Amino acid sequence: MDSRLSLGQSAPMPHDHHDHDHPHALLPPEPALRVKALETLLTRKGLIDPAALDEIIDTYENRIGPRNGAQVVARAWSDPGFRTALLEDATAVVADMGFFGRQGEHMVAVENTDEVHNIVVCTLCSCYPWPLLGIPPGWYKSDAYRARVVREPRKVLAEFGVELPEQTAVRVWDSTAEVRYLVIPQRPAGSEGLSEEKLTKLVTRDSMIGTGLAKTP
Amino acid sequence: MTAPSAPEPVFEAPWHAQLFAVTVHLNETGLFDWPDWAAHFSATLARHGLTRDLNGGEDYFNAWLETLETLLIDRGHAQPGDLRSLREGWEAAYLNTPHGDPVHLDPALT
Repeated sequence: MDSRLSLGQSAPMPHDHHDHDHPHALLPPEPALRVKALETLLTRKGLIDPAALDEIIDTYENRIGPRNGAQVVARAWSDPGFRTALLEDATAVVADMGFFGRQGEHMVAVENTDEVHNIVVCTLCSCYPWPLLGIPPGWYKSDAYRARVVREPRKVLAEFGVELPEQTAVRVWDSTAEVRYLVIPQRPAGSEGLSEEKLTKLVTRDSMIGTGLAKTP
Repeated sequence: MTAPSAPEPVFEAPWHAQLFAVTVHLNETGLFDWPDWAAHFSATLARHGLTRDLNGGEDYFNAWLETLETLLIDRGHAQPGDLRSLREGWEAAYLNTPHGDPVHLDPALT
C-alpha cells in the first residue's frame, strides 16, 4: 500500500555484504559517523546529556504512538461532552489525558462526517502530533504525499484504498510548527455498544491522519 | 492496499533515532524553539527536493542532519573543523576496533 507513495524504501542497511570477513568493527554509514561527531562535540560542551538521549528514544520507540490518539478518538465516540470539548479545545483536553509534549502544543481536532472527510499533511516538512500519533511514517514525510495530497486528494485517498461518496467533500489541513491536527474518523457501523477499550482497537493511525477509515468490528 | 503485517519500526536506522533525540533534546534545553527548527528544516527539504523527489526515509534524515549541523555552526555552537576531526576520529575508532568489541573514540578527542 504505502509503496506507491514512498517511492522506494530507504537504502539497504550496511550489513548487506557478508562476502568478506570483518577484522574490525563494522563501519557505520557516513551520516551515522557525522551524528556521532555531533553527539561527542555537544556532550563535550555540556549541551547534551547522553542519558537524556536514551530517554527520548525510549519514549518515542515504546511509549508514544497511535494508541494514544486512539484513546482520544474512542472517548470522543463514546462521550458527547468530551467530543464537544475536544472539538473546542483539543490541546487542553488532550493534555488532561496526559498526552502532551513536543509537537503537541497546539492541537486541533477535526471530525469526519458524511459531508466532509478531513486529511492532514505538512507541506513544508513533517509537522505531526507526536504525543498522539508518535513519529510519522515514511510516506507522510515523502515529497510524493506532501505535494500530491493537496493537488489530488481523492486520487491519493484511492491509493490508500479509501473511496468516498461523491457528495463527501475532502478537506486538506496543512500542519505547521504551531498547529497540528488530529482527524476524528467516523465511528464505524456495527460498533454500537462497544466499550471504549474495544473501540480504541478500531482506530488506526491512518484513520487519524485521514488516509484511512476506522476499522469495522 | 494491504494492511501491514508487522508494526513498522519507528526509526529505520539507529542514527535516525540518535539524530532525532539530539535535536529534540536541544529543543527541550532551549537552544532553539521548534518553529525555528521547522523553518530551517523546511528550507533544507525544499532545496533538496528541487532536484528529485524525497522518499521520506534516508533522504529525510540526511536533510535533517544537514539542517542541525548548519544551525549549530551558524550559531557558534559547533565548528566545522571540530566536527570533521571527530567524524574522522570515529571512523578510525571503528576501523581500529576488533569486530565485536565496543568502539571507543580516542580519549584525546573526547
